[in-house]
Amino acid sequence: MSPVSVETAAVVQPTPHELGSRVEARYRASGERSAAPAAVLLPPALERLGRGAVDFYRQSIALLSFVGETACALAICIAHPARMRWRPILHNIRRSGFDALPIVGLLSFLIGIVVAYQSADQLRKYGANIFVADVVGLSMLREFAPLITAIIIAGRSGAAYAAQIGTMSVTEEIDAMRTLGIAPLEVLVLPKFLGLVIALPLLAVFADVLGVFGGMLMAQAHLGVGFGDFLERFVNAVSVTDYLIGIGKTPVFAAIIVVIGCFQGFRTKGGADSVGRQTTRSVVQAIVLVIVADALFSIAFSWLDI
Amino acid sequence: MEHQGRNQEAVIEINKVSTRFGDHVVHSELDLEVRRGEIFALIGGSGSGKSTLLREMILLQRPDSGTIRVLGEDLQSLAEEEALALRERWGVMFQHGGLFGSLTVNENVGLPLREHTGLEDVLIGEIAAWKLAMTGLTLEAGAQYPSELSGGMMKRASLARAMALDPELLFLDEPTAGLDPDSAGGVDELVRKLRDLFGLTVVMITHDLDLLWQVADRVAVLAEGKVQGIGSMSELSRMEHPAIRKFFDGPRGRAPSKPK
Repeated sequence: MSPVSVETAAVVQPTPHELGSRVEARYRASGERSAAPAAVLLPPALERLGRGAVDFYRQSIALLSFVGETACALAICIAHPARMRWRPILHNIRRSGFDALPIVGLLSFLIGIVVAYQSADQLRKYGANIFVADVVGLSMLREFAPLITAIIIAGRSGAAYAAQIGTMSVTEEIDAMRTLGIAPLEVLVLPKFLGLVIALPLLAVFADVLGVFGGMLMAQAHLGVGFGDFLERFVNAVSVTDYLIGIGKTPVFAAIIVVIGCFQGFRTKGGADSVGRQTTRSVVQAIVLVIVADALFSIAFSWLDI
Repeated sequence: MEHQGRNQEAVIEINKVSTRFGDHVVHSELDLEVRRGEIFALIGGSGSGKSTLLREMILLQRPDSGTIRVLGEDLQSLAEEEALALRERWGVMFQHGGLFGSLTVNENVGLPLREHTGLEDVLIGEIAAWKLAMTGLTLEAGAQYPSELSGGMMKRASLARAMALDPELLFLDEPTAGLDPDSAGGVDELVRKLRDLFGLTVVMITHDLDLLWQVADRVAVLAEGKVQGIGSMSELSRMEHPAIRKFFDGPRGRAPSKPK
């Protein structure tokens, strides 16, 4: 590899990841290009991969310690309920729960319609029209309603959490809080956590109802299955366990959304553009992790045979 | 300009403090002492570590080595309750105010009282209004949200909040940055008045030469990780170190005003 390409590699790299700058500094200090350490001569793609891995590792460790701190703060608040801030909890339930009802309702209603429509053709082929209740019921209650709700809330509230905390750290409000002897975790994270852990299951129930209703409408229009028949079959096909499995996943999703949103908010450094970056990151990571968690639930449930 | 009756007791003692960010050395074995009742200013070019030093003094950051004692307490070995008790003994005014955008100015000022005292809400409101009046803000300003305030009013509100718990020690980060000369002059006056009234010790970071010449009792110049010079502005103006000369010889520098 020629010295020229080495230099462009160093220039093109977006500046100062700590590791990168250290390597560059050492490389410059060595003076002679031929004597540059092997690391610098690696192709940029590999270098990027390495930097990405180091970044990922650091961020994972930071996330883990944030989870630990939050858990400690939560434990302290549970041990001393007087320290709990009830008003912000109620405020959060309203903001991320009640205010999200229309959009969650609309989207799960539409998903219900789509599921019923997609299964209609197949079912009709076998004359199994009535089983549309099984398809809609199981898929909505077990998977779609909790997942759709969590994804909407990750986009809606998770972004808001990151933006709020990010802005507060840019405007020194977080520092001010610490110097006033108010723990930011207790004021900013715990109310969101408790609020969403309460609100998300309720939202999922709402999504269940509207999703099944959407499926029911489509079943009647497309398959000629009346509401009465649908509901009769629905009660037989879907057990309480299925319903609880769907709802039971949502507190975990809520925890993921809050922890990622707040974590990325606290990582905001510098100015307004950083707030935007962390907000985007929080939404992407929260959605990815929610889906990963959902997949892990599926695997666990299949092992447990429920 | 010397403040009368001041004793030489140290309020802040910084001993061999070193701080690094990665390979970048911010402080290397820095020593500093702030005495009771003085208005102490930290100056230095950007990146000289004055903000970091301030953050270390107010428990927002830890140095890599060395000790910092504030009001007699060693910051490194504080338990959580002790840290909380210490935080109630000082007030901090941030560069951008650090006021909570979701609370009115009055609630902002009352917040420390609401968090750390068992006082009635009505009383807290009265104390907050009094603190605001002390810093020159009206009741109407108190009912507004921080985003509705001008820069000068924001600094005053932030100062009022820093004073909420009647601290012994006040930290000011760039108290006059971003203010028009008139408001900045008001802040100068206010800082001196508060010190004289309450016997406060004031530690500030500033670039404002008027503030330095007229208000600061002692000034420390930070450069290359150490304190390069310390003394009153007229003492500093006679020192030869290049980092200090910058403040006096540059195009924006200012020679000491000659007594008649």
